[in-house]
Amino acid sequence: MPARTLFDKVWAAHEVVAETPDTPAVLYVDLHLAHEVTTPQAFSMLRSLGLRVRRPDRTLATMDHSTPTHTEQVFGSVPIKVDAAARQVRQLEQNAAEFGIELFGMRDARRGIVHIISPELGCTQPGMTIVCGDSHTSTHGAFGALAFGIGTTQVGHVFATQALLQRKPKSFAVNIEGQLSAGVSAKDLILSIIGKIGVSGGTGHVLEYRGSTIRSLSMEERMTVCNMSIEAGARAGMIGPDEVTFEYLNGKPRAPQGQAWDAAVAHWRTLATDSEARFDASVDIDAAAIEPMITYGTNPGMVLPIGSAIPDKKGDAVFDKAMRYMGFHGGEGMLGKPVNVVFIGSCTNGRLEDLQAAAQILKGRKVAPGVHLLIVPGSQQIKQQAEAAGLGEIFKAAGADWRESGCSMCLGMNGDTVAPGQYSISTSNRNFEGRQGKGARTLLVSPMTAAASAVTGRIADPRELL
Amino acid sequence: MQPIKRITAKTVVIASSDIDTDQIIPARFLTTTTREGLGKQLFADWRYHSDGSPQADFVLNRPEARGAEILVTGRNFGCGSSREHAPWALLDYGFRAVVSTEIADIFRGNSLMNGLLPIVVDEQTSQWLLQHPGALLEIDLESRRLTLPNGASTAFPIEPFARHCLLNGLDEFGYLRSKLNDIERFEAARG
Repeated sequence: MPARTLFDKVWAAHEVVAETPDTPAVLYVDLHLAHEVTTPQAFSMLRSLGLRVRRPDRTLATMDHSTPTHTEQVFGSVPIKVDAAARQVRQLEQNAAEFGIELFGMRDARRGIVHIISPELGCTQPGMTIVCGDSHTSTHGAFGALAFGIGTTQVGHVFATQALLQRKPKSFAVNIEGQLSAGVSAKDLILSIIGKIGVSGGTGHVLEYRGSTIRSLSMEERMTVCNMSIEAGARAGMIGPDEVTFEYLNGKPRAPQGQAWDAAVAHWRTLATDSEARFDASVDIDAAAIEPMITYGTNPGMVLPIGSAIPDKKGDAVFDKAMRYMGFHGGEGMLGKPVNVVFIGSCTNGRLEDLQAAAQILKGRKVAPGVHLLIVPGSQQIKQQAEAAGLGEIFKAAGADWRESGCSMCLGMNGDTVAPGQYSISTSNRNFEGRQGKGARTLLVSPMTAAASAVTGRIADPRELL
Repeated sequence: MQPIKRITAKTVVIASSDIDTDQIIPARFLTTTTREGLGKQLFADWRYHSDGSPQADFVLNRPEARGAEILVTGRNFGCGSSREHAPWALLDYGFRAVVSTEIADIFRGNSLMNGLLPIVVDEQTSQWLLQHPGALLEIDLESRRLTLPNGASTAFPIEPFARHCLLNGLDEFGYLRSKLNDIERFEAARG
C-alpha cells in the first residue's frame, strides 16, 4: 500500500461508496453534533418527508449559540430576553424529544459549547469522522478526527442517512518546529499561521499540523490550533494522535473502557501519517520566532506581532475599508491603543487552560476603570473546575464579569454584544465587521494578551505582566 | 427543485474581497427557525442605518441594481461560517449566481444545494466584470461557459454531480438515499 497521510487513512475508512469523476463519495459520519441554530430547518425537512433520525446513537445535541450567559437567565426565573432565541431553544428541546436525540439542555451540568463538550465527554475520538452545522467543527481534528462544518441541508442528510456526499479535499502539511516563548500561546501560533498562508490559503485543503511544536502542545492547545483552520479557508485541520491524546481521553465518560480501550489505542496508533507520505501543499513555521499576535483589521489574516506597527497599504481597497471600520491608520503601533471590552471565552479559548492563563495575569490585579471584562467558560464543567481551582474568585476579585457557558460575545446573537464603535479585545476567532455586534471593532488575541489588556486598559504585551 | 440550464441577467458589483458570511447575513438574524424571508436581511449592516432606514449609497439600494440577478464580487466570497442562511438570503433577495475568482468551500457547497450558482472565473474576466456593473451576462450551465455582452466567453469549473442535479432539477438527497443499502452494509461490516 502506498504511504498515506492521517487524512487519507481516516477518509478511506469512511468511504461507503468511492468517488468517481461523475459522483462524489458517500462518506460515513461517526458523530453528528447538533445545536439550536443550524438544525431547525433540517428537522422540518425530516418531518415534511416523514423521516426519522437514522442513528440517534451517533447524534448529540446541545444549545450554545443563542443561549444567555447570565446565571439568573440560565438557572433563575429571568426569561431569555430575545424572543426568537427563546423560540429556537424551545424548538431544539421539542425536536430532540420528538426524534429521540440526546440533548444537553439549558440546565444540564454537561451543557456547553458543542466543540468543547464533545471532547470533554470523550465523544470525540481519533480516526472518527465528525460533522456539525458549524464551521468550527475543525476543532475536533486535534484528536486525529476528520471533522468539518456543514450547512443545514447536509445536516438533514446526515440525520436521515448518517452519511454525506463529499469530494475528497487536498492535503496541506503545516510543519511547525521549535519552542514557543513564554507569553506566547497556541492562539498566537494559529494566528501567525493564518497571517502567513492567508484567509483563503487553505481553501480546498485539509491541514495537518505537524512537527515538534505540535507534539509539545497539550490537547487543549491543539484544539485552539485546529479550531481556527477554517479561518485559513480550510474546512478541517488535523493532528496525529499520540500519547498526549490517549492520556487526555483515558477515563473520559464516553471514551472506550477496559479491553475496548486497549483495542482502540492499538488502532489509533496506526493512524499517524506514514513517513513517506506526500502532501499536496506545505508550509514551514518557526515557532521560536512567534510573538504574541493581534489582529488589526476585519479578517483574521490581518494580524501582526503585538509590538509591530500596522503596515501601510493605503490604496489597497480591503485595507482602506478595514482601517475606516476599525478607526486605525497604516503605520500606527498597536500597543497602548484604548480598550473598551475584553472577552475571554469561545470554542477557541474557553477551556480551563485558557482561564488559568488569564488568571495568572489577573491574580492580585484589577480590571482598569471603564473596561468591561467578560469571562465565559466554554462549558458548565469548565465553570465548575475553574471554581474548584479558585479561578472564579480571582476573576471576581479582579472585577471581571464571570458568567455561565456559551458562545456569548463571540457572535452577538445571545444578548452579549459590543456597542457600535467600541474596541473589543477578544479571544474568539473572527474579527469580521459586526461579528460581536453592529459596528463593534474586534481585535483577536490570546487569553494572556486579553487579560493584560483588561488590567492595563490599553492594548498590552502580556510578557510585561508575567 | 426547478432545473437550471441557463441564466441571462444583469450584474451588480460589490467589489470587496473576503466578504464573509457575517456580512452576507449577520449572526443576530440566525435565530430564525425557517429558511424563508431572509432576503430583507441580506447585507443588513451595509444596507441599513441603525434605525432601519436604507443607506442610500450602498449599491443594492441604488436604482441601477434593480433586477440584477448576478452578484459580482472580489476574491474569496463567502468565507467564514457554515450558515446556509447566507445562500438562502441571496436567493430570497433574487440573486441566482455569484461570480468571483475564488469562493469559499462551505458556502460553495451550500449554494449548489440550493440552486445558487457559484461561478469561479479567471482574474482577467473578474476585472472586466468588476469594472462593468450592470453588464448583461449569460451563464450556461450546460456548456459551462459564461458569456460577456461583447460575445467573449470563458469556461468555468463546476462540480459535475452538482451540475447534473441542477440541470435536471434533482435533489442530491435522492441520490444519497439511494445508497442506504450500501450504508447499511458498511455499518454491518464494521460491526
